[in-house]
Amino acid sequence: MSHDGIKAALEAFLDAEFSPDLSLVEWRKRLVSAGWAAPSWPDAYFGRDFSQAEALVVSQVFAERRVVGAAQVGPRRLAAETILAHGTHEQKQRYLPKILTGEHAWCQLFSEPGSGSDLAGASTRADRKADHWLINGQKVWNTSAHHADFGILVARSNWDLPKHQGLSYFLIDMRQPGVEVRPLKQMNGHASFNEVFLTDARVALDDLVGGEGQGWAVATATLSIERQGFARGRSQGAPAPASAGRVYEELARELEIDNEPYTWYPQREGRPDLILQRAQETGAIEDDAVRQEMAKLVCLTEAARISADQVSAHQKSGGQGMLPAGSIGKLGASVIARQAAHVHTMISGASAMLSGPESAFEGVIAETLISVPAISIAGGTDEIQRNIIAERVLGMPKEQRMDTGPFRDIPRNGQ
Amino acid sequence: MQTVLSDDQVQFKHVVHRFFDTHSTTTAVRALAETETGFDPLVWSQLSETLGLPGTHLPEQYGGHGFGPVELGIIQEEMGRTLYCGPFFSSAVMAGYALERFADEAAKTERLPQIADGSIRATLVLDDLNHPSQVGRLIAANQAGALTGSAPIVLDGCSAEVFFIVAREDSGLGLYALAAKAPGAEVSAQDSIDMTRKVARVTLQEAAGTRIGSVTPQSLNRFWDLTSVALAHEMIGGASRLLDETVEYTKGRYQFGRPIGSFQALKHRCADLLMNLEFAKASTQHAGFCLAASDQETIYPSMAKAMAADCFMEMARAAIQLRGGIGFTWENDTHLWFKRAKCDEVLLGAPYRHRARMMDILQETQDVA
Repeated sequence: MSHDGIKAALEAFLDAEFSPDLSLVEWRKRLVSAGWAAPSWPDAYFGRDFSQAEALVVSQVFAERRVVGAAQVGPRRLAAETILAHGTHEQKQRYLPKILTGEHAWCQLFSEPGSGSDLAGASTRADRKADHWLINGQKVWNTSAHHADFGILVARSNWDLPKHQGLSYFLIDMRQPGVEVRPLKQMNGHASFNEVFLTDARVALDDLVGGEGQGWAVATATLSIERQGFARGRSQGAPAPASAGRVYEELARELEIDNEPYTWYPQREGRPDLILQRAQETGAIEDDAVRQEMAKLVCLTEAARISADQVSAHQKSGGQGMLPAGSIGKLGASVIARQAAHVHTMISGASAMLSGPESAFEGVIAETLISVPAISIAGGTDEIQRNIIAERVLGMPKEQRMDTGPFRDIPRNGQ
Repeated sequence: MQTVLSDDQVQFKHVVHRFFDTHSTTTAVRALAETETGFDPLVWSQLSETLGLPGTHLPEQYGGHGFGPVELGIIQEEMGRTLYCGPFFSSAVMAGYALERFADEAAKTERLPQIADGSIRATLVLDDLNHPSQVGRLIAANQAGALTGSAPIVLDGCSAEVFFIVAREDSGLGLYALAAKAPGAEVSAQDSIDMTRKVARVTLQEAAGTRIGSVTPQSLNRFWDLTSVALAHEMIGGASRLLDETVEYTKGRYQFGRPIGSFQALKHRCADLLMNLEFAKASTQHAGFCLAASDQETIYPSMAKAMAADCFMEMARAAIQLRGGIGFTWENDTHLWFKRAKCDEVLLGAPYRHRARMMDILQETQDVA
């Protein structure tokens, strides 16, 4: 379809169907049934088989006309894309529309207290009963689990196979007695994540994704979707067109809830953008020692930017060759955040002790100093990134494995 | 402005790479390090006549090839990779850029073609190699052009045929030419940590120089940027070579029944080294693109010099450490790059000076904006 054709068809649809006085769900139901909610999805599943370029035309029209699109923010996108790729026909029919309309919120139940970096070492049990799966165990780092309706879950269905082969992937109803969600308060005072306790929780037999024992393959697909999101930046969610009308009011409420876990995320990156202003305001910029550390920070932030530009230029020109962009960029972000926190501390001096609205930048500097430790852990620790760089880029030999053979024989936490 | 090398530039890099791979082997480097002049005239004439390298970055109207800092960077990187021993940096880069930036029209027309085709090996006599503002403290010219003073470190001072000398005048700085053998010029070899790049002290006692140009603070800064970025490329080349060879070493060396490269302590160190190298390399290349695109002063040349120097030095330290005792021996080649890293680190300003300059430029541009 030509781009003009797409534009004309969409404009006609919007003229006929969109009104700011509709409820958010009612409007999105219309979008879903017409295939405009997720145009790059297949025709058979609520989409239009559009290419990336064609889908871009759609989002441009949405932005121009300040029209509300499908629900996107948070872990629901991970669930949707995974179900689309690996789910059964029935699963797609049942779950996808209500993800797009925003009626159902989702969460990710992967990490456990006993398996963090070693995700495949999950030890939440999935025991097959006559007409359901019985789930027992504990999950952690579950963003938005406290208002999720469903979760994507990795659990161990076979303890006699090697660890990667004994996992299965489930869709679990979060609104049941066997599921308890507790907020997990972080060192910076926010509670963006939860712990989820699963005690004889049930999953219907046909809510298994990808088949029994295929959990690692499906989880890997989810993680790769998550990394693509990291690479594109988190702000790719629905725009918030500030207009009057019921649909906009309901969207604003939805976004407030969805974005709440992420308000402190800029601070975990060290806020290098505030350094120069702070140094000038405080006069610290005249101090030669501070200037040296500021210059080191500029070196890092500029080099990271230039390096990322070079990688994308290289990829655009169809360039081959190993460009270790992802892990190096992630490691660089950690170094930048730490150096920025170090310089902020030098600039503030003794005042770096103070927090709260009366402190520097209404508390943003203090929040930065106590949020930076997260950057080198979230999304794969620095140590894991270094393993990846050393083994996959530099080709250094893999560590000897201690976790082969039946999973039940592998030494684990708490045993 | 460019973001990555063009296809032609990549092709040029391959050609230069092959040349130095063949003509600057470690065996050749070790042999030349033991000589007084420190270079092989045959290789010099090949790289001058066959490849025309010394004229790469010089304007066509003065016998050069009219390319710029990016192509020069490619050459310097390959030279750093193989520790090429010869007067390229002293003659083509230091003297070449000094003439191009400071000399008057007649002097450029007369002298640059000889630098560009490699037929004359010149060097620049700067009495300070730390900071542009300190140049001219030790060497002065009187009104008749007689030069008196000394420069403690002159690259390839013993083998150069012509000196270009920056000297203090009644007001400002001037550029002078002097035959190396001229009366009043005394040249004595200095021992350097880095045996692959020869240095000498040049002492002048009323030597009769020819005044060929003026050196303004602006042109001296630009000269410093151009030469610093060329040197940064050399350092990146050296650091890349060290990382490649160090990683190979950890794959082949067995202790405790396994290759030492399988230990996380070493993997993590190598991963950090690669990140530093990628960042320093990106910055150095970007600095070359900036110099090629505009005369505007930016932070990038100093940023490149500071980052490349820290990266090369850290890489050299690690290259020895990861080899253990063998890395500290004379027989092992690693120390050759370590010593080049140490000398490049301080040549044209140690990293802290370049970081200070970055901040000065950042603040100036802030004030303008």
